[in-house]
Amino acid sequence: MEATVVPLPLPALPEGWESENNFKAIGKITKESATQRTLEPVGPYFLAHARRARHKRTFSEDDRIQAQERAKKVEDNDDGEISEPEDPMMLQREAKDWKSQDHYKVLGLSKYRYKATEEQIKRAHRKKVLKHHPDKKAAAGRADDDNFFKCIQKATEVLLDPIKRRQFDSVDEEADVEPPTKKQLAKGNFYKLWSQVFRSEARFSKVHPVPTFGDDKATKEDVENFYNFWYNFDSWRSFEYLDEDVPDDNENRDQKRHMERKNTNARKKKKAEDNARLRKMLDDCSAGDERIKRFRQEANAAKNKKRLDREAAEKKAAEDARLKKEAEEKAAKEAEEKAKTDREANKKAKEAAKNAVKKNKRVLRGSVKDANYFVEGDASAATVDAILGDVELIQAKIDADEIAALAGKLNGLKVADEIKGVWKEEVERLVGAGKLKEGEAKALGA
Amino acid sequence: MSDTGAKAGPEPSERTVIGITFGNSNSSIAYLVDDKAEVIANEDGDRQIPTILSYVDGEEYYGQQAKNFLVRNSENTVAYFRDFLGKEFKSIDPTHNHASAHPQESGETVSFTVKDKAGEEEAASTLSISEVATRYLRRLVGSASEYLGKKVTSAVITVPTNFNDKQKAALVAAAAAADLEVLQLISEPIAAALAYDARPEAKVQDKVIVVADLGGTRSDVAIVASRGGMYTVLATVHDYEFAGVALDKVLMDHFAKEFLKKNSGAKDPRENARSLAKLRLESESTKRALSLGTNASFSVESLSDGVDFASTINRLRYETIARAVFEGINRLVESAVKKAGLDVLDVDEVILSGGTSHTPRIASNLSNIFPQSTRILAPSTEVTALNPSEAEARGAALQASLIQDYEAEDIEQSTHAAVTTVPHVANAIGVISVNEAGEEVFVPIVPPETAVPARRTVHVSAPNGGDVLVKVVEGNTHIKVTQPEPKTKENGDSKAAKVEDADDSDEEDSDFSEDEEEEEKREKVWKIGSTLAEAGVKGVKKGGKVEVSITVNSDLSVIVTAREVGGKGGVRGTLTSA
Repeated sequence: MEATVVPLPLPALPEGWESENNFKAIGKITKESATQRTLEPVGPYFLAHARRARHKRTFSEDDRIQAQERAKKVEDNDDGEISEPEDPMMLQREAKDWKSQDHYKVLGLSKYRYKATEEQIKRAHRKKVLKHHPDKKAAAGRADDDNFFKCIQKATEVLLDPIKRRQFDSVDEEADVEPPTKKQLAKGNFYKLWSQVFRSEARFSKVHPVPTFGDDKATKEDVENFYNFWYNFDSWRSFEYLDEDVPDDNENRDQKRHMERKNTNARKKKKAEDNARLRKMLDDCSAGDERIKRFRQEANAAKNKKRLDREAAEKKAAEDARLKKEAEEKAAKEAEEKAKTDREANKKAKEAAKNAVKKNKRVLRGSVKDANYFVEGDASAATVDAILGDVELIQAKIDADEIAALAGKLNGLKVADEIKGVWKEEVERLVGAGKLKEGEAKALGA
Repeated sequence: MSDTGAKAGPEPSERTVIGITFGNSNSSIAYLVDDKAEVIANEDGDRQIPTILSYVDGEEYYGQQAKNFLVRNSENTVAYFRDFLGKEFKSIDPTHNHASAHPQESGETVSFTVKDKAGEEEAASTLSISEVATRYLRRLVGSASEYLGKKVTSAVITVPTNFNDKQKAALVAAAAAADLEVLQLISEPIAAALAYDARPEAKVQDKVIVVADLGGTRSDVAIVASRGGMYTVLATVHDYEFAGVALDKVLMDHFAKEFLKKNSGAKDPRENARSLAKLRLESESTKRALSLGTNASFSVESLSDGVDFASTINRLRYETIARAVFEGINRLVESAVKKAGLDVLDVDEVILSGGTSHTPRIASNLSNIFPQSTRILAPSTEVTALNPSEAEARGAALQASLIQDYEAEDIEQSTHAAVTTVPHVANAIGVISVNEAGEEVFVPIVPPETAVPARRTVHVSAPNGGDVLVKVVEGNTHIKVTQPEPKTKENGDSKAAKVEDADDSDEEDSDFSEDEEEEEKREKVWKIGSTLAEAGVKGVKKGGKVEVSITVNSDLSVIVTAREVGGKGGVRGTLTSA
């Protein structure tokens, strides 16, 4: 807020009023005398208040910062970017040599070139005019010094006309970036160097956006896209600007037409050369592009993979067959050995059984002998014979196990009656089972 | 205060912003062109777009077209719905919806049932209040986008001061559903004040403003302390009786009676819904015509029973029959001033906003209430006044352009209570100077109700030069009432001095006894309160001036500086806070 003016006068300082620093603090504003209210968050002054409150600035700090910000804005509008030192040689240029002049440099826009906007060109022109206007030179005592001024006018004329500007941009060598040499590439920076080349070359493209060169990590798709774009590059570059002057007289029409034809041919030739140059550049670039090599290797690897897979499968099958055969052989051998041992074990068991039968038979025969052939006193030969004959008979009728069971029963018995009972029981059992006929072995069964 | 939608809004650089006044009766849209707010006309050429949606055969109409359907298609026309946003059914006032789609209870909110699809067999659909608001806002934004030629992404919307958080949230949600980012919701009276203060000829002053927002269905009065361009609402009153529809009602009754008098056999047009709607529409346009001219015609074809009716009315008659409403508005404004603890003498400006404010009688009534020094900003009293129907939309557009470069988060932080809630000094702070009679008088520098931190500077003359005393004191006003001395006419002198006074200080004192001499004289006088500090400025040149600057910090400590204008050094002192 501006200071308001109060016309009523201040009272005079009373006699004897004295204080250090001429200031006496007497009262204060109490918290109670202030009301908490809500400001409406609306309007520029509130926003200023909010800014101060949020950044904890005092009034004077905020004033200063705001003033600085405003000042900066003005500076931004200044044409700082189009002031570059002027080459004294350039200032000596003759306007009639305008074909060979660098229009951007004349206007002080050499770092922008084809990127300079129309706005920048206009501002640059204005700035240069203000500086180099012939009237100003005349004021400095150099009358008729309008050469550079004419250069400025010509440069502006060319650059502000889109068609003429394209023609000039087409042959603006200053904007070209030369392809990197092998020596440069040897230091690395392959992607950076080529990117710059293509970025500058992209200015001629009729199609936008132009794919970027990318870097080491670019995908195969991007890289292919990039090379496809550039091998099919659609350029607006033309070479009219380099035409030789066509004589502008009506006297010699043939001469004029000859020159025109010559120019047309020259343009075509230059255009073809330019296309060839671009193609060669692309070839060079792709030849050195590690990404393409990598992608090719990857593709090869993919193709080989099938064959390797097949080979591996075959190898595996052979191995499997070998292993299977070995396993079978081993199993056969084991089976054979087992059979052999089994046979031996059987043989032993048979022999053992035979021996046991023999022993049991001996027990049977021994039992009747122990029982004294079931007679008192000496047994007659016939009795002995009959008894032993029955024993033989029974032995023949029963198998080894039964013999063993019978032997078990008889074993240890000494009393003749008991032995006889056992035998009798056996005979009856055999008769019951139908193995003995009634009447057989009556010597034992009686 | 500010709420942003749930989803992230567009980047500040990509915003296209407008200001929207979303009213209960009418809405407006405005945008900023060359630092000047302009209200946008919609496709129909309306700048005040009736807040009405109507559905006919599946077609959606809004604005004036929809309003015209109140006669023929009232049940599928949704009107006066703004105030229902974010409210429960039991707390809404459906009076005004009698002649249009009726609000219904649906869960927590309110809904309307309308046939919004084509075809006879199509069942009527139930639209929630937020859906209605979304559809309406979409149409408004669509109009604005069409006018501006680019998609409008964000807006500042005005709301009444008594909109609660729930209502605000409902509005923001409805806007978000219409694909509109709400940068901020601002109060309607403040928007109107901002529209006036943003005019290039306006100067930043400390002043007390009464904003009378007289709308179609409601009247809101706010007393606003404007201090250094910052606004603090001191008091508000809301009224739902004395508004535009009350004036329409007066005219409707008048013309209905007139009609019955002329056509003795005809039915009362107020008893038939369609006749009533016709009567209401025509009464409203007659009312508008009476705001511009002193005579207006009223004519309705087939008002009742196929009988046409035409009549005229002059402004005087209108003002007579509508006297009760006008007086109600007067009382409303007076009660608001009283509620703020102020006197009419404290008021520097009265801003009339809202469609009803076009009525000349209201403005002239108010100029009788307030002292002459108070500016009544209405079209009939001040030629430079803004269109009352457009002021709020302009204010919203100005605010929108101010904050459109802010990130949503910045807006939220700037409007946070920690930033907006600040102490306001209760008493004025000023210096003592001497009047012609040699008496000490108080010269306010920081007026009461100034938000702190605040900085004010004045230049006080020191005609005699030498050493002068700058005595910083607190001050307050009181109203001095003097009974007029009979038959004395020495008013001239003191009045001249007073006018001068008025220019010097921010507060003006005056009387309105010029025409009515019998009335007592009331003046506002400053009373000197407690002394805060004394400073001596020595060796001032003859005829020089002393610059006194007072800064009240947010902790209520005070910095006083006093120096001769153009001089070096000066006195500086600090009063600590209590």
